[in-house]
Amino acid sequence: MAPNSPRARRPGGARSARTSLGDRLRAWRHHHRDSLRDALNRMRAAPSSALMTVLVIAIALALPAGLAVLLDNARVITKGWDGNAHLSVFLEMDVDESRQRQLADDWADFDTVKRTEVITRAQALDEFKALSGFGEVLEALPDNPLPPLIVVYPDNAAPGQVEALQTRLNALPEVDNAQLDVAWVRRLHAIIELGDRLIGVLTLGLAAAVVLVVVNTIRLAIESRREEIVVIKIVGGTDGFVRRPFLYSGFCFGFAGGVLSLVLVGTALWWLGGPIDELLNLYESEHSLTGMSASTVLVLPLFSGTLGLLGAWLAVSRHLGDVEPQF
Amino acid sequence: MIKFDRVSKRYPNGKDALRRIHFELPAGQLTFLTGHSGAGKSTLLKLIMMIERPTQGQVFVEGQNLNGFSTRQVPYLRRKIGMVHQNHQLLFDRSVFDNVALPLVIAGFARADIGKRVRAALDKVGLLNKEKLNPIMLSGGEQQRVGIARAVVNKPPLLLADEPTGNLDPALSAEIMDLFHDFARVGVAVLIATHDLSLIARHRHRLLTLREGRLIHDGEDDDHGA
Repeated sequence: MAPNSPRARRPGGARSARTSLGDRLRAWRHHHRDSLRDALNRMRAAPSSALMTVLVIAIALALPAGLAVLLDNARVITKGWDGNAHLSVFLEMDVDESRQRQLADDWADFDTVKRTEVITRAQALDEFKALSGFGEVLEALPDNPLPPLIVVYPDNAAPGQVEALQTRLNALPEVDNAQLDVAWVRRLHAIIELGDRLIGVLTLGLAAAVVLVVVNTIRLAIESRREEIVVIKIVGGTDGFVRRPFLYSGFCFGFAGGVLSLVLVGTALWWLGGPIDELLNLYESEHSLTGMSASTVLVLPLFSGTLGLLGAWLAVSRHLGDVEPQF
Repeated sequence: MIKFDRVSKRYPNGKDALRRIHFELPAGQLTFLTGHSGAGKSTLLKLIMMIERPTQGQVFVEGQNLNGFSTRQVPYLRRKIGMVHQNHQLLFDRSVFDNVALPLVIAGFARADIGKRVRAALDKVGLLNKEKLNPIMLSGGEQQRVGIARAVVNKPPLLLADEPTGNLDPALSAEIMDLFHDFARVGVAVLIATHDLSLIARHRHRLLTLREGRLIHDGEDDDHGA
């Protein structure tokens, strides 16, 4: 600001003559401790408004955190499904049973195929009758409408390989249609990936909301402590000294919000846990709902605290300059 | 202690608050600064406190040119200046002791040292037995004395007072003035901005008179021209 501000020399030696470096370091440490205590005391002094701020932060963070947990679960559950990938190869209607078995044996010798399974037209019909309940309708048909089927289990479920196999089988003259039964799993995975991105966007937006909530809270705090700030500036308090209690406040709001959001997510998972496990059982999955990882429990409050700190910093750098001593 | 070298201050709205002010205040001298409101008293104090910067000229405190101070260095300058306000500027969310201790906490004094110095300052203004009270429980004169204790607690070489007796009756004003005299006697440069002419008349001291931003009088108070 001043033309010769690059001169880093501090004016005056009287100060250092009166307080030793050790004293000042100790005072600096004390002021950090006092600022933290002060921030907590002020939250305790106005519990309802502090709780409001903390709650807003907690809800804003619980939303993406909770969704992330559900998405992680979905990912774990569907992971195994790729392993069961197989091709249902429907043959032309005129392929007879011996030819069908021969083809199945041939294909089983492909190096990308683990094994094959023959389902004859008759077997298919029996199975269909048993499972569909349309038995009588089928009886009435003159011919068995079902094509012969060979189920091909690939050696390796890597997407590229399975598709290559599908193309190869489709090209055979006796094959009507080789259908990949994991297409819907792939789609599910794509949806999960999309969900991941959405959570990212959501997190970004809600993190910004947390910062703004803290900015507003700290702005009000600065306003209500205007006199104190003026006095501190007049008696020679540095900007750092003035800033410190507000930064601690911001961090405390964020941290408390983060902890509370863990509680919210935990409660929600507990609440949803029973029905979800039941649902998974119906799908014959042995998986049961897993909660938040230890790293999330550790990182979320710190992340939130950092957001609070950032908000406080923005509020302080924006509004502290407005408070100047006047007389 | 303080030197103004042809200092002018023009505010962004075009108002010339000070025009080529030139004077020097030695250590150990008590000086009155007077003039009507709007004459430039507040601006002059603000320049010393570096709340404002001069448009032209140079202000020196303890021989250091304030133009060379960066914004970051301003707090360290202010620690050398005790400031007494008309409205005391005390904080009512803490005790008298904590009010007076604030400059020492900020400057980083050790805890034990703070206690000693605060009690010495409160003793000096006659309020040693009130350290645990909230300043809101004190009378106007007592509040002003707490303000003075806070201004002198870290033994600054310079003491500025802005209408320090503004709301006080003559007896209390006299007490406050006695305190200022004591500080001047031990070598502090004291500058008191006031338009209380009776206060000025009761004490024979150097008097600086401002009118429309000009220093129109500098001398003993037999003819203050205001």
